[in-house]
Amino acid sequence: MRPNPKPEADTMKNFLNRHIGKLWLGLTFLFLYLPLFFMIVFSFNSTRQDAVFTGFSLRWYEALTRDTKIVDGFWLSLQVATAAGVASAVLATFAAFVLVRYRRFPGRTLFSGMVNAPLVMPEVVIGLSLLLLMVGVQNAFGWPQRGMLTIVLGHTLLGMAYGMVVIQSRLLEMDRAIEEAAMDLGAKPFQVFFLITMPNILQAIFAAYLLAFTLSFDDVVIAEFLSGPGVNTLPQVIFGYARRGINPTIYAAATLLIVSVTLVVIGYSVWVARQTRRREREIAAATRAEQAALQAQ
Amino acid sequence: MSEVVHANKGLTMADVDSKKNYLVTERLVKRFDEALAVDEVNLSIGKGEIFALLGSSGCGKSTLLRMLAGFETPTSGRILLAGQDVAKLAPHERPFNMMFQSYALFPHLDIWENIAFGLKREGLPKSDITQRVGEMLDLVQLAPYAKRKPHQLSGGQQQRVALARSLAKKPKVLLLDEPLGALDKKLREQTQFELVNIIEKVGVTCVMVTHDQEEAMTMAGRIAVMSKGRVLQVGSPKEVYEHPANRFVADFIGNVNLFDGKLSVDEPDHCAVQTAIGEIHVGHGVSGALNMPVAIAVRPEKIEISREKPDVDHNLFSGKVKEIAYFGAHNTFIVKASDGTKVKITEANTSRHDLSKITWEDDVYFWWHDGAGIVLRD
Amino acid sequence: MAIQNMTMPGKRFVISVPFVWLILFFLLPFLILLYISFVDMGNDISPFKPIWDSSTGLLHLKYENYWSIFRAGEGGALFQTLYIEAYVRSLWYALCTAVLCLVIGYPFSYFIARSAPSVRPALLMMVMLPFWTSFLLRVYAWKGILADQGVLNQVFMALGLTNEPLQMLYTDVSMLVGMTYVYLPFMVLPLYANLVKLDPRLLEAAYDLGASPFKAFWLVTVPLSKAGIIAGFMLVFIPSVGEFVIPSLLGGPENIMIGRVVWDEMFTSNNWPRATALAVVMIGLIVVPLAIYYHYTGDAAEPKA
Repeated sequence: MRPNPKPEADTMKNFLNRHIGKLWLGLTFLFLYLPLFFMIVFSFNSTRQDAVFTGFSLRWYEALTRDTKIVDGFWLSLQVATAAGVASAVLATFAAFVLVRYRRFPGRTLFSGMVNAPLVMPEVVIGLSLLLLMVGVQNAFGWPQRGMLTIVLGHTLLGMAYGMVVIQSRLLEMDRAIEEAAMDLGAKPFQVFFLITMPNILQAIFAAYLLAFTLSFDDVVIAEFLSGPGVNTLPQVIFGYARRGINPTIYAAATLLIVSVTLVVIGYSVWVARQTRRREREIAAATRAEQAALQAQ
Repeated sequence: MSEVVHANKGLTMADVDSKKNYLVTERLVKRFDEALAVDEVNLSIGKGEIFALLGSSGCGKSTLLRMLAGFETPTSGRILLAGQDVAKLAPHERPFNMMFQSYALFPHLDIWENIAFGLKREGLPKSDITQRVGEMLDLVQLAPYAKRKPHQLSGGQQQRVALARSLAKKPKVLLLDEPLGALDKKLREQTQFELVNIIEKVGVTCVMVTHDQEEAMTMAGRIAVMSKGRVLQVGSPKEVYEHPANRFVADFIGNVNLFDGKLSVDEPDHCAVQTAIGEIHVGHGVSGALNMPVAIAVRPEKIEISREKPDVDHNLFSGKVKEIAYFGAHNTFIVKASDGTKVKITEANTSRHDLSKITWEDDVYFWWHDGAGIVLRD
Repeated sequence: MAIQNMTMPGKRFVISVPFVWLILFFLLPFLILLYISFVDMGNDISPFKPIWDSSTGLLHLKYENYWSIFRAGEGGALFQTLYIEAYVRSLWYALCTAVLCLVIGYPFSYFIARSAPSVRPALLMMVMLPFWTSFLLRVYAWKGILADQGVLNQVFMALGLTNEPLQMLYTDVSMLVGMTYVYLPFMVLPLYANLVKLDPRLLEAAYDLGASPFKAFWLVTVPLSKAGIIAGFMLVFIPSVGEFVIPSLLGGPENIMIGRVVWDEMFTSNNWPRATALAVVMIGLIVVPLAIYYHYTGDAAEPKA
């Protein structure tokens, strides 16, 4: 979309008209980032207060390293999120492939409904129903104990739904002709998938993994429903602290998280931008060479 | 088009005859739900021929090609290669290779790998693959670009890679899907000849699909004109142009004037048709009843135009020049005949000065030789 | 055109892997949920009694689980229970959140979609960045910001807007601020995806025909972005109904939402049957919005009939 044509006179109303976009964007971004700035600032506060900045201090970061509950929770969450991320990416790839490639099969509507539902359903419902399943299975077979495995299962359900959206979109925009070309050249169907389709959707699969990882790392509700005694993910630990009051150690943890995420996101964006620019330059160079060759004749 | 430049000079009709029926479709039908995309198509293509399926979009030519490749299963009918039915074979099992309109080069592989892909699927030893890929790269003159990825090549280069890739496996039949569609005009003209040269050099049987008449006429030995899933006529470019089998073909290929009328004279060596514009004489007989409704097709370049009345016995008419278009190589006049019929006449610009000096609203005479028109029944 | 010639065994395998997974871990739990909602509360050993009496072979469906939601005690007034209150409140909060997100989010998405293409990726990245940091932590931060001794109150008092700290925490205000904050990206993204695809020439045509920018916006842009609005609205509304974390951290005893109620029934009262009945009713409430959502987002890869 292009920006609107601009009016001339310089009254207050016109000023607003012209800059309303930037104002609105600015204010909303302020709203979005206020909690982040707040936590970063007050993680360095020398006292427990969170309204007055009494002085610069690193005590909360120190406290963070000594807080075993948080550290343990962090490692557990990392494991759970990695497992859930991988499982989600794999299942999401299957599901996206099924929905995009197979136009008609019995139960397609049901399948589609089930895959997309976790996107919108309240997590309480998902957590509760999975818990009941686990209990039922446990009663019948004596296994599994609620713990890491059960949480991974719950997170995978969620991650699969989100991941599928990403992969499906990439599959839809991929040029199908390359799959046909591969078949034409003698590749059997599964060879087509592994040699041709997969490499071309790899980026989307990775994005799906990241998305599922983040969702898992951040989830409270499903973890609360499905965890067992002594098993506490990082969000569960934080949730427990949060209900009891203000604890600037949490701010320190938050700041570390924000900084690392920001670095990764910015680094990734810069890298992608650089790749795109390089690709465009190569395409332009090739086209120029062709024009020159034509004229030379 | 008054002049057809024919690239396919290598084969004589005798050559084709001896290896006829190499690729045959028997009553091939493809139905999609309610729509009939391909309707009882019978084709017989000879070994080593370059055969074109020509028609506008939706005529079924692409579906037909895809059935040959194996991407669509025929609803009924057979596809025979040297007598063997291949319709049930999956695409990767058929000795056919296709060059796609969008080239469909594998973006994540370099050129060398793209060409080697089919050979690797066959399980050939590495040395054979290397030799073959090298041959292909030399054939299309892209050896220095072997390590590049598709997006680092120009459109014309990508097309050559696609061609090399489709020839690497020495297929029995090469299928081309709108081979020149993605190129711009200048490149297209040049590529037409290059493409035919390579195909003839390799000697492979080739079926191509196109909506561009010029492409078909230039590149193919025989053309099948298709419309609404049916083949209307099969013949060499000259046959199809000079002797269209019906109105559709006459109108589709090049430009044509069609005069409807009733057969008034029918003799073994000539006949006449009474039309709105007057009586038209044709230099050959037709087997038909008098007063039968027919149409006369006359190509614009075969009609002469002048302000002076010529000394001609038949097919002389008069009218007023309504429109003139200058195309560089020729002029086109639209003349309104005395009865109101619009006639299209083309004249080559043989000298730099416009000798006839015909202009708008001029009263002119136009005529044509008895042999210039043909009688069409439908 | 789909490769319809993939060998059948391959196709069946590829479909069944995710299908079986979904049936086991989505459909089956849901059916169990339904089942449990009809059973009776059990003793200490198992949380519930089986649905049929193995001696008599009769089905004992405990409808009471559902009835107790709608009326208090025997012969009590209809729709006067705590549960109904919680449902109504939840729907109300969800609705308000969705509306607020729309009011703030639509212009936001619109201005991003209209900004220069070179700036857009950066802006989108800025929208997504908070999303990648923990939502729990961000909600927690609001707790600190909105507290009686929190930053916002200090600022208000310093500016002279008020003499005493405003009670913002544990009220509707903190609830809605929190919910809107968390769900805003869910409104912005589908709206943006929709708005960025709008053909600017349509607007130009409207101007050419005499419409003012404002009118053109209402008569052209808004109707065309309808699908995006509805998708975004539902994407916020439906999960909000069952929101659990935000009421726990930012809400007080008067702001209890149904998600919390289910939790309490489940783990505090240990009344599993009623908890599941409450969950089933919650699902019933969102079925209609869910259907609307599916209708507007559709199956992106569905065969066109």
